[in-house]
Amino acid sequence: MDDLYRQLIIERYKTPHYRGHLDPHDIFFEDDNPVCGDHIEVTLRVDDQNLVTEANFDGEGCSISQASADLLMETVHGMNLDEVKELTKDDVVELLGIDLGPVRLKCALLSLKVLKAGAYGLGVDEVSDDLVE
Amino acid sequence: MTKMPFDQNSVRADFPILEREIANKKLIYLDSTATAQKPNVVIDAMDEFYRHSNANIHRGVHTLAEEATAMYEKARGQVASLINAASAREVIFTRNTTESINLIAKTWGRENLASGDVIILTEMEHHSNLVPWQMLAEEQDLVLEFVPVTDDYLFDMDAYRKLLVLKPKLVAFTQMSNVLGTITPAKEIIKLAHEAGALTLVDGAQSVPHLPVDVQDLDADFLVFSAHKMVGPSGIGALYGKMDLLNAMPPFMGGGDMIKTVHLRSFVTNQVPYKFEAGTPAIAEAVGFGVAAEYLQNLGMDAVEAHEHSLAEYALERLAEIPSLTVFGPSAEHKGGVASFVMEGLHPHDIAQILDGEGIAVRAGHHCAQPLHEVCGVKATTRASFYIYNTKEEIDALVEGIYKVKEIFG
Repeated sequence: MDDLYRQLIIERYKTPHYRGHLDPHDIFFEDDNPVCGDHIEVTLRVDDQNLVTEANFDGEGCSISQASADLLMETVHGMNLDEVKELTKDDVVELLGIDLGPVRLKCALLSLKVLKAGAYGLGVDEVSDDLVE
Repeated sequence: MTKMPFDQNSVRADFPILEREIANKKLIYLDSTATAQKPNVVIDAMDEFYRHSNANIHRGVHTLAEEATAMYEKARGQVASLINAASAREVIFTRNTTESINLIAKTWGRENLASGDVIILTEMEHHSNLVPWQMLAEEQDLVLEFVPVTDDYLFDMDAYRKLLVLKPKLVAFTQMSNVLGTITPAKEIIKLAHEAGALTLVDGAQSVPHLPVDVQDLDADFLVFSAHKMVGPSGIGALYGKMDLLNAMPPFMGGGDMIKTVHLRSFVTNQVPYKFEAGTPAIAEAVGFGVAAEYLQNLGMDAVEAHEHSLAEYALERLAEIPSLTVFGPSAEHKGGVASFVMEGLHPHDIAQILDGEGIAVRAGHHCAQPLHEVCGVKATTRASFYIYNTKEEIDALVEGIYKVKEIFG
């Protein structure tokens, strides 16, 4: 349990580095976790090489969902959109550095789902959990 | 039923799971509103059924089939007795409360409701008593109206009286909110509904496990509930309906057991309750359900209610000591053993997770009542709920655990 709340997660939850809505932005996507009502939006700025120059998230949720979103935004800075599309569940788990059960994994992966749906330019109806498998 | 309080220690000893340790600490199970734990008598009855009497029910003449049928029907009688149904045949076994409500919507609803008809629900309903009616409303162009929750989290009787002017065909309401713990004045709601010409459906998923519920005294037309919330197994629930209504309703699912005769192009339905029990039912679960009903009846539902009331009172008192914690729900006198709360700056998931590390099981989320959370102005809550096996010491441990949450998130 104490692992689950390791210092990094509490810190990033309390003082996120990449919170806020980017305006203007090139990519925007938002989604909810239907189980707990958590909400995450991601805004990205992308240059003409398809490199992510800025990435922010906003929303409401538990420490796991918010900290993983913040760490994920940090990770995608400088990434090509194609690389963003390749990110997986394992990358997020590695970022957090903790083992998560199936319920909390959903919290941790919400931001990845939103980010990838944005990168792929999906419509709201096209988002599925397959994106983060 | 006895008013004598039951022996707390002997009740706890009936539930083997309470011996379990979580995170090297004794399990404190405060999630009975989601599902209750099971006593040995229920587990043993189901085990014994499979080891000793397993067979399919009805139409078998061999010994096992006779035994299985008798046990299944005995269970129906035990469940009927708990809610004081006039006849065991008024109890239909379903999968759960949700299926019971869907059954009513898709049989009685489809047969008796037409464009423009009004159904009254409340803002407190669980999704299971909202979505089936939303689906039916879409299908048959019905109008759904909602009795609001008052500022002190009670059923708004004045607003209800005004809605009854719309001459609803059905009033479907929870007898006890799974989030607020609010106990609604079911008898009065039903009386007023009948005066307005409406039938009534009581969602008893939370009330039947926790309060004395007497369908004849209430004059309820339908009462629905699940076994798993009342120390019985999952996978089985009940629909009580007045016999004349059940007789007039068309069947639900088609298949074996619900028919009297079948020809290649036609069938004649079986009598109630079999008309609504197509296919091989959850037989062992029915046996467990019956034993669970008897177990609660032996404790005495008055005593169960009194025990939980004292826990709710104590929990509200202790939780009120914690700064920046808000409990949603009415005062203890109108409330069952449920405390849903939010803490400033803390997400319910984080609260629940840290409590889990203390061996305390609570639930976090919108508890399948998202509209009610919208009314309360929050996304999600943390919910501690209490049942026959919980103690005041466990509530003390909960409060200590919450202080630990505050410490971690400082």
